[in-house]
Amino acid sequence: MHKTIVIIPAYNEEKRIAAVVTGVCAAVPDAMVVVVNDCSRDDTVAVASKAGAIVVSHPFNMGYGAAIQTGYKYARNMGYDYLVQLDADGQHDPACIPALLAPVIAGEVDIVIGSRFLGNSYRPPFARRAGMALFRTIVSIVTGKFVTDTTSGFQAFNRDVISFFATDIFPVDYPDADMLIMLHRAGFRMSEVPVRMFENSEGKSMHSGLKPLYYMFKMLLSICVTLMREKGKGR
Amino acid sequence: MPVSQKLFAVLICCFVFVVTINLVRKRKLREEYSILWLLTSLFMFVLVIRYEWLVKLTSLIGAGLPTTTLFICSIIFLMLIAVQFSIKISHLTNQMKNLAQENALLQAAIAESRNVVTQECCGVADGPMKR
Repeated sequence: MHKTIVIIPAYNEEKRIAAVVTGVCAAVPDAMVVVVNDCSRDDTVAVASKAGAIVVSHPFNMGYGAAIQTGYKYARNMGYDYLVQLDADGQHDPACIPALLAPVIAGEVDIVIGSRFLGNSYRPPFARRAGMALFRTIVSIVTGKFVTDTTSGFQAFNRDVISFFATDIFPVDYPDADMLIMLHRAGFRMSEVPVRMFENSEGKSMHSGLKPLYYMFKMLLSICVTLMREKGKGR
Repeated sequence: MPVSQKLFAVLICCFVFVVTINLVRKRKLREEYSILWLLTSLFMFVLVIRYEWLVKLTSLIGAGLPTTTLFICSIIFLMLIAVQFSIKISHLTNQMKNLAQENALLQAAIAESRNVVTQECCGVADGPMKR
């Protein structure tokens, strides 16, 4: 019997975390649900615990990437075979988790990305759409495979990828397109499955203010240096 | 180079050298951070004492005056120090992240084991660990 863990990084999500945890428990009853609380100032910990999740809390706020990596480290330490990650804001539909996990459990691929664009009408704002198109093109050229959603936080992967991501190789600063290129160059197989995307009811995004500019710079630099490094799982 | 200018530069070099050595002696500055300070003060000292070398260097880099060369050297030194600090800060940030993550995982493990003990002692079957 394989062990599956669902990681939900959360920061000030007391209003929505309970519904997400409950939805995950209903979709994958055998999976362990772990909420990584990135030092929320609200009642996220109590609400998530009450909903039935294990809560791992950071001593101070470190950002989304560090939070999901804490989840990877938890999964690696506890010996989980498969990991699913989704956002705590309720945008990802937990009902899609079984479809996301299926190719990984079948051993067809190492990582599955939940794409919001495959057979879907998800339409982000123009600026974000342009950025996504740029990175989609870069990733598709580098990997030789058409990837529709390079920024999806809804993913599932196996034990090998968990161990790979639990090291200092993992880019904790916005892990997106550069991470996919890194995976490809390390020899991991990836694929996409369509997932449903709900609207963010409060409209909060981690890409606000000047962050998109930094994101573009960081991602382009990270992709360039990733391509300069040697291929392999130890890089 | 006027004698007063030369004397001032030599005094500054000696001051930086002595202060750096003293900070290392008092363990207020680690040896790894003292290298650039010591090398720079020595380099400036040599250039001031052997003025003809400074003149040669000035013509080599195309600067107008020997004092300009000294200023350029100072700026390069400050840039190197800043780069060294940036590398160290990046390293420390990574170490701090790893420590914080380890701390979070240990806290979770402690909470989980406490919960298990409570459940075994009191027969409590409710709470966050019920899954």
